[in-house]
Amino acid sequence: MSAFRRLAPFGFPALIVALVPMAWVLDEYATKTLTKILVVGLLAVSVALLTGVAGLPTLGQTAPYLVGAYTAATLVRHDVHIGVVQLLAAAGAGALFALVTAPLVVYARGVVVLMITLALGELTSTVAGRWKAVTNGTDGMLAFTSPAPLPGLVTLDTDRATYLYVLTVVAVLVGIVLLVLRSPAGAMLRAARDGETRMRASGHPVAGYLTVAYVAAGALAGAAGALLVTVERYVSPGAGGFDVAALVLLAVVIGGATSLVGALLGAGLVVATRDWLAGTDDRLAGHAPLILGGLFVICVYLLPRGLLGKRSAHE
Amino acid sequence: MDAYLIPAVDGVAYGLLLFVVAAGLTLAFGVGDVLNLAHGTLFAFGAYAAAKVSDGSWGSLALAVLIGTATAAAGGALLSVLLVPLAGRGHLAQALLTFGVALVVGDLLVTVFGPDELPITVPASLDRPVDIAGHSYPGYRLAFIGVAALIAVALYVVVARTRAGSLVRATVDDRDMVATLGVDPFKVRTGVLAVGGALAGLAGALGAPIIGPGPRVADLVLLLSLVVVVLGGMGSIGGALIAAIAVGEIQTVGVTAQPTLAPFLMFGAMAVVLALRAGGLLKSRRVAT
Repeated sequence: MSAFRRLAPFGFPALIVALVPMAWVLDEYATKTLTKILVVGLLAVSVALLTGVAGLPTLGQTAPYLVGAYTAATLVRHDVHIGVVQLLAAAGAGALFALVTAPLVVYARGVVVLMITLALGELTSTVAGRWKAVTNGTDGMLAFTSPAPLPGLVTLDTDRATYLYVLTVVAVLVGIVLLVLRSPAGAMLRAARDGETRMRASGHPVAGYLTVAYVAAGALAGAAGALLVTVERYVSPGAGGFDVAALVLLAVVIGGATSLVGALLGAGLVVATRDWLAGTDDRLAGHAPLILGGLFVICVYLLPRGLLGKRSAHE
Repeated sequence: MDAYLIPAVDGVAYGLLLFVVAAGLTLAFGVGDVLNLAHGTLFAFGAYAAAKVSDGSWGSLALAVLIGTATAAAGGALLSVLLVPLAGRGHLAQALLTFGVALVVGDLLVTVFGPDELPITVPASLDRPVDIAGHSYPGYRLAFIGVAALIAVALYVVVARTRAGSLVRATVDDRDMVATLGVDPFKVRTGVLAVGGALAGLAGALGAPIIGPGPRVADLVLLLSLVVVVLGGMGSIGGALIAAIAVGEIQTVGVTAQPTLAPFLMFGAMAVVLALRAGGLLKSRRVAT
């Protein structure tokens, strides 16, 4: 265990280093799949940050994800084709959404959070479907022009370039979050999760810490939404539907909830398993909920702590 | 104002329907801390039973109600059994299991009954408009309001006046104390999940003409009942009733008056209630922690 713990900080850089050459190893289809997994993975990291690290189990991070995606798509339609600008705007919109909804979430605990965030997520995708003037309703928004990562760089016209861009963004953002979580700020957050009463007694504003975590998770989800638009060049309310929330939570639970790297791996495992099962067996094609639900049940019974979790988020 | 009369009456029908569904959810939560995310699926059992069995005669409607209620009750009891191995694993694991079951069963329902919304046939004598203050109104809905109000009253009487009801209320208040009195908490939880399931199935069978069976119905009903439970306060029947009528009116009058604003109204209502009273409208004494 101690060897594992000593090696743990190198897990994430090793994962990223291993993923870079995939751009030249894999064929076009596999590259595209891996890109999509990274986008889902970033969303899963934002869920893991709340569910595992802050102890607020959430089904609602699809809400800032959608907000970010629609923000990025709107920018594309207004001829803003710089990737970083889209990312920052989407992350800002996701963070703003989180800031506004934070009072609903940070005072609740346990499954009540799950309930409130589920309602938030579903209401957001409902609004996205109805608010035609801004979101083009259930038809969704096309954002066809591919961005250039920074001013002066080439546009992301190939799948390989898109993959490398998404990988870079995920590496930078998750790297920042991992560094912050290793600092005293991360210790405060974990302490608030494990010993809230003591933290309060020693004068720590626990709700304030949770608000910061919730806003940060909203920014991550918003950035994931911008990447979604870059990859798919399209966004519709379905991108933040119930099944997406389910898939991401499943990825986090399999990954072990407390581990952000576990969330990334979990996302890969869930998406790959779903696509592989649906692809190999004709009877399972189009039955993604069945496969996801089955995986959920198996995982809850057999993997109480997930793959990389150190302890369950709730004893 | 007159233009809103019909939507307002509709809102009462919608609200009472939601109340019957959400009552089971809120009790299961209060009694066993079980957040049953498969609750909407149990409603779908009843709705599909109505679509497939009810053919316009009273007998077939009764049969549909019976089938819907019985299958949903069995589903609720089965969930309670499935949750047994998770004892001591915390509430999140329980919620995740019901979530997985909801996804699986929801997919199976679509496989069996198809991806389209199914039409509902109501008894011929109710399938005609009646006159309310000069407006015509579907007879079935009016009858539904009456029946749902009866169910609500019956539920209140059972919870407030019978021994079984006092046991349930006692378990909401202090589970460990009830256990020390020699009552098996597993039996209480199974009973509440079965009765909650039965209520959802009953609401599905009777309410199918209002919220019809289709692939989205389980999610929609789960979402609306969650909003009702959050607004009403976990484990509170009275709060659920007030919240259900409010949500029903937002979904009908709100949608008529402000089509684009209606979803925001739900957000707003939730935000205001939770900001003012963290536990919901009528806070139950024991807040889940």
